[in-house]
Amino acid sequence: MATLESKIPAGPVAEKWSNYKAHQKLVNPKNKRKLDVIVVGTGLAGASAAASLGEMGFKVKNFCIQDSPRRAHSIAAQGGINAAKNYQNDGDSVYRLFYDTVKGGDYRAREANVYRLAEVSASIIDQCVAQGVPFAREYGGMLANRSFGGAQVSRTFYAKGQTGQQLLLGAYSALMCQVNAGTVELYTRYEMLDLVVIDGRARGIIARNLVTGNIERFAAHAVVIGTGGYGNAYFLSTNAMGCNCSAAMACYRKGAFFANPSYVQIHPTCIPVHGDKQSKLTLMSESLRNDGRIWVPKKLEDAKRLQAGEIQGKDIPEEDRDYYLERRYPAFGNLVPRDVASRAAKERCDKGFGVNNTGLAVFLDFSQAIKDFGRKEIEARYGNLFDMYEEITDESPYETPMMIYPAVHYTMGGIWVDYELQTTVKGLFAIGECNFSDHGANRLGASALMQGLADGYFVLPYTIQNYLSDQITVPRFSVDLPEFVEAEKAVRDRIQKLFNIKGKRSVDSIHKELGRVMWDYVGMGRNAKGLEEGLAKLKEIRKEFYSNLFIPGAAEGVNVELEKAVRLEDFILMGELVANDALTRNESCGGHFREEYQTEEGEAKRDDENYFYVGCWEYQGSDDKAPVLHKEPLEYEAIKVQTRNYKN
Amino acid sequence: MAKNISFTIKYWKQNGPKDKGHFEQREMKNIPDDTSFLEMLDILNEELINDGKEPFVFDHDCREGICGMCSLYINGTPHGKTATGATTCQLYMRRFNDGDVITVEPWRSAAFPVIKDCMVDRSAFDKIQAAGGYVTVRTGQPQDANAILIPKQDADEAMDCATCIGCGACVAACKNGSAMLYVSSKVSQFALLPQGRPEAAKRAKAMVAKMDELGFGNCTNTRACEAVCPKNESIANIARLNREFIKAKLAD
Repeated sequence: MATLESKIPAGPVAEKWSNYKAHQKLVNPKNKRKLDVIVVGTGLAGASAAASLGEMGFKVKNFCIQDSPRRAHSIAAQGGINAAKNYQNDGDSVYRLFYDTVKGGDYRAREANVYRLAEVSASIIDQCVAQGVPFAREYGGMLANRSFGGAQVSRTFYAKGQTGQQLLLGAYSALMCQVNAGTVELYTRYEMLDLVVIDGRARGIIARNLVTGNIERFAAHAVVIGTGGYGNAYFLSTNAMGCNCSAAMACYRKGAFFANPSYVQIHPTCIPVHGDKQSKLTLMSESLRNDGRIWVPKKLEDAKRLQAGEIQGKDIPEEDRDYYLERRYPAFGNLVPRDVASRAAKERCDKGFGVNNTGLAVFLDFSQAIKDFGRKEIEARYGNLFDMYEEITDESPYETPMMIYPAVHYTMGGIWVDYELQTTVKGLFAIGECNFSDHGANRLGASALMQGLADGYFVLPYTIQNYLSDQITVPRFSVDLPEFVEAEKAVRDRIQKLFNIKGKRSVDSIHKELGRVMWDYVGMGRNAKGLEEGLAKLKEIRKEFYSNLFIPGAAEGVNVELEKAVRLEDFILMGELVANDALTRNESCGGHFREEYQTEEGEAKRDDENYFYVGCWEYQGSDDKAPVLHKEPLEYEAIKVQTRNYKN
Repeated sequence: MAKNISFTIKYWKQNGPKDKGHFEQREMKNIPDDTSFLEMLDILNEELINDGKEPFVFDHDCREGICGMCSLYINGTPHGKTATGATTCQLYMRRFNDGDVITVEPWRSAAFPVIKDCMVDRSAFDKIQAAGGYVTVRTGQPQDANAILIPKQDADEAMDCATCIGCGACVAACKNGSAMLYVSSKVSQFALLPQGRPEAAKRAKAMVAKMDELGFGNCTNTRACEAVCPKNESIANIARLNREFIKAKLAD
């Protein structure tokens, strides 16, 4: 059985990464050319890793499901990227970024990984600027910064409201440079459907060519997955339509442990749901909380009139507004971390103070900021976001307060990895959102971009060599080995099985049902009874899927419904993992809120005595069998574990 | 409050690049006008699947106007007529009227062959990018990010050029099928930044040569590209590319 050895280097936390790099094994340039690496995914993590590995001299094969690597969903990240540069002279440091991230994650992240992340953060900015990423600048020509939730310093670098786009295009350009140099081979419109394991080591993948429908085999000395999170298990989320967890589930089924699946981030500032035909939720950047003030009416009767459409937000006088975040958390105000802000919004709406026709929305108001700084300045800061909001809702945020509500956004849980980002399957690495290690139970804003690029540019290209140095005498693999043949057959059988169901329901109709169960029973507020009910309902959905699914068309050629069906099958398995982990974790922490475990003031109540561990789930050979829990105890040396406090 | 509208949708069906292709049509009834255009197509597909038919295939992904997957030609305009200049995913049904006939076609350009229905192959854009759309920099620890100061105006202008999402609407709108707006935006971003200057001449030549090789047409300044660009890229970029290109050629 796989073992959970975190491989954290010895020494004080600030010296671990230097010690590791000083003593790790390397691969010499001549041998690098003999080694193949498969990288699945071309988001910030995947593209930066593929580009860096290619440039080092490894032979890289890079896969993505989109028509171009530049379309990966990292592109949609809006607000910014954190780095401990202290350019603002406001007291920032590597230690402070480390501390804020650990605290923001409600003390459930692995200390050594987070410190390393904070340590390499500054290099990311240097790297991106050298690539020609046009970050925002001040008049003197220096880089500009802004603030994000969970921090009292301004350490967030940004490029308008399109930071993810600019960073991804930077990584994409580095990648295309390597494609041109011949070190990276690109496979677009390919979807990984299985991992090939030979003698306990990851040696390749089976992927479907989404244009021809062919099932193809690819071999390598190591496999890296950077395939993002599982937010779309909830159907409605801020993820792109194509985001899925199938590559991660393929690895999980082949023995990679899945860690902390219950840690799902619900983002507080999204445009509220408008109807049952809706396909996705649109995020309004956290950066808006720099200047926007969040409120609901103080009086229930005002809320009722808002819900009935009799009055508008601007009709409610200042003294009748409840700026509940400023009231509850004076020290951080509107910039509390996401989990705290989301729960506070839910609390107000549950008590009947919601401000739209569904009662599930709060105001994000810029009238004060427009008064203070002028409309022109606010337009310069958030113009593109305001335009997007107006296009969707037909209301101008310059005139009337925005309406927002929490929505599923990011998943902190993911494939378990050790300090080297290696999974419990030897030779299989996981980077970016699809691993679990750096954000604990809640991720701070502007830290996802940081982690994706840290893993891809600065961590994996080192740590993977420690593994590959042992592989230099292993010749390239033939894809005719029985393990490849068998894995391909399994994929073909799986696809055939789905076609053979020949039921009556579309993939989306079942996916929406899954999403409703996940949101209602495994969403923002969870409890034991609800989770058990949810698990029972997930079983029914699986049954419905296998008896009533209908996929039109054939396995050959483009078949979008087939792609979605395979992904849905994996989302159902993923949903059960989330629910099982949530049910087992009898405490509240970060994005995981169990209603039974809260303080009198409604804050999350952790139980460090019993749950100070990473929950790692092992697959038991069949989707029907309950997974087995293993625990990686957390060990903190540098930071004193305490109750999170954003009040003072 | 949302109201419902009914209309006819004519959508392009084509089974691969060699197929001739044809329109099919369907009456759509009582669609709430706060539905997005792509959600309306989801409804269409749900109906087709419930009838046992294959769905209408089109590219889409983020549905936030940033990934550049959207590539629908709606009523004769790439991405359709949105209010603020945006991609199809940001187009809402309130822009249409009861009783309309809505025609949906793929990007039509020799350089973007149809894969299926309205899904086209835009890998030519990646090839142009690979020819020179980057600053050659080794992963590692370059100098401090603030070591080279960049005037705010230059950084802002470079950012405007860099917002191109690579959707290809410019090519689809151009009667010559030219990719000049796409290429010039990338060339301009780097030309405006000190980091991009050392390779500026090489980049302009390599990207233009690759564009010509891949079968994109010439620019005749009709400005159709600029009019449909969802990110408001300006044809001033094309002028800049021409200057960079001529400078590079003269230096040869």
